[in-house]
Amino acid sequence: MNLLLQAYRDPQSVRRLGPSQWDLLVRQARHANLLGRLYLRLQAAGVEDDIPERPRNHLLSGAQMAGEQRHAIRREARFLREALEPLGIPVILLKGAAYVAGALPAAQGRLFSDVDILLPKARLADAESALQLKGWISSATDDYDQRYYRRWMHELPAMRHVFRGSALDVHHTILPPTARLKPDAKLLIEAAVPLPDLPGVSTLSLPDLILHSASHLFHEGEPDNLLRDLTDLDLLLRHLARDPAAWDVLVHRAEQLQLAGPLRLALRYCHQMLDTPLPERVQARTRCLEGGIRQQLLDAMYARVLRPQHPSTADALTPLARRSLYIRAHWLRMPPLLLAYHLAHKAVLPARQETHPLSTEQVALPADVKKAA
Amino acid sequence: MRIRDLSPAEFRQRLTGDGIRLAAGPFNCCLQSGIPEIADELARLYAHHPLADASDFTDFHVAVQPGHGVRRWVKPQARFVVDAVEPFTPLPRAQALPMLEWGLNWCVTAYCHHILVIHAAAVARGNRAAILPAPPGSGKSTLCAALVNRGWRLLSDELTLIRVDTGQIMGLARPVNLKNASIDIIRAYAPDAFLTQPVRDTTKGTVALMAPTRASVEAVGEWADPAWMVLPRYRAGSEAVLAPMGSGAAFMQLADNAMNYHVLGPEGFDTVGRVIDNCRNYSFEYSRLDDAIAVFDRLATEDAR
Repeated sequence: MNLLLQAYRDPQSVRRLGPSQWDLLVRQARHANLLGRLYLRLQAAGVEDDIPERPRNHLLSGAQMAGEQRHAIRREARFLREALEPLGIPVILLKGAAYVAGALPAAQGRLFSDVDILLPKARLADAESALQLKGWISSATDDYDQRYYRRWMHELPAMRHVFRGSALDVHHTILPPTARLKPDAKLLIEAAVPLPDLPGVSTLSLPDLILHSASHLFHEGEPDNLLRDLTDLDLLLRHLARDPAAWDVLVHRAEQLQLAGPLRLALRYCHQMLDTPLPERVQARTRCLEGGIRQQLLDAMYARVLRPQHPSTADALTPLARRSLYIRAHWLRMPPLLLAYHLAHKAVLPARQETHPLSTEQVALPADVKKAA
Repeated sequence: MRIRDLSPAEFRQRLTGDGIRLAAGPFNCCLQSGIPEIADELARLYAHHPLADASDFTDFHVAVQPGHGVRRWVKPQARFVVDAVEPFTPLPRAQALPMLEWGLNWCVTAYCHHILVIHAAAVARGNRAAILPAPPGSGKSTLCAALVNRGWRLLSDELTLIRVDTGQIMGLARPVNLKNASIDIIRAYAPDAFLTQPVRDTTKGTVALMAPTRASVEAVGEWADPAWMVLPRYRAGSEAVLAPMGSGAAFMQLADNAMNYHVLGPEGFDTVGRVIDNCRNYSFEYSRLDDAIAVFDRLATEDAR
């Protein structure tokens, strides 16, 4: 039973929930990293007073965490600018950090575990040493992972600041260079929009943020945050739709960046699951609502992973859908031989699971965990 | 109905079945385990806690489960699971019970930002509470265990929960976590208290859990107003000395020990400030528990006048 999607789509429906349904709703929302966003949505719909005290505490806690990140990201962006500006390297924020710093509607209740930035590939080595000088170090990964990232990926291995513990992902483009789709990062960087209240810091433009989110959603093998990402897309698309002409800019931009495919799927699932309004000409031009056997298979798969990944929403086909999505994501990201090599390596030497807090998208807790014990 | 009203067989059956649902202060917890050997001690630790209704909202769905595959039998492990997620790497199976307690603490610190959560013990006389923040090795838990066996009410041993609206402390009355030498000290000091068998070789050394007193658990719904902030320090051979602490220093002590100070932002600042304003703040050095208790009792009676 997907109570989360029901409450998200129709906030008034929570008035009818009993205590055990609230219990399940909170658990689903926690698993989907949507506690804070759901709280703000219920609040905006005027049903806040209908939330019983116990579930309200959990929803409010999620919103508190997200609210705190607003300050954290601005601080972090200033530190990044101080490190990179002397070299003339721009600070361009992506994903959650961009939504929050740019005060977009998709910032509502949005948690993120790391700051993502994009910079020109030619400046990657300079940027890495400048960041290291200021205290960001490459997180411990093994030699295989280091080589894998540097040769095949669109980002450096994740970095972490030695004192603040904040995580940083440095990208030089938005999809792995080995992926079949090859968006031109230069176009993204040229179109970046400066933030008026954070001098020297930019975000991707709104259409590019949408296209990045869409391509991430459909090239990502870990389903835990996919529903959260879909709600990001819904909020971004509704924001874009304030200007009807912006739809055409978006569709054109997708074609220019070779991202028409991911955009099509993003529009399809946003419309189907979250009722995102789509003008008819956009539907016609992207054919996003049309079907076919291949499309039906994809729909069956995404119907299962675009749920909160909680046992209460799983069915017999969920494990297969998760597995297929993992393979599909890698298939889209790598040529067959490389994929075979990579999967074989991971099968023989699987990544070691480190002790980590519940969700990958919470504030760093390991130090606190030790304290509490 | 309380946990003590269940027969040992019934407790074990529920624990290994759908789980025991109990209320620990403001939190409903569902405790489940496939490790039946923890049942008897767990039942005694929570003997006086009320059972929560199965249809009610549960704040934390937690379990300690046996290791996967061969780790069920070879160097057996315990895994902490909260609602199908495992936040920690497994520990040796012998540490299952402390792991459950640490895991519950983790749930409070990770999920609860509607209140200020401070890494401190809290004990009360009537509705007035003393907060004991905890630098490592301060002997906080030893002092806390001694106080609750001499007429003080246990609010919490590890995590002090402060409401941001009223500034009151909400008690948890969960077991006290004793380490190393303090286990024997408290056994001798309070022979009637229930302590679990010591568990050796944990990251904290040897640990044992002490059950909260019945009176503490039954009065847990009575929230207390912070009246004293006492920063304890055990020093061998010292006299019991209570020294007033400036409010600036006291503020820093409390903020530094607040687990979610940064998450609460201005609300955290205001709440810590309010607690410090309402408390008499002290640093406290002691070596003998009886002397320490006398100092605390004097605090309570003097301030009552």
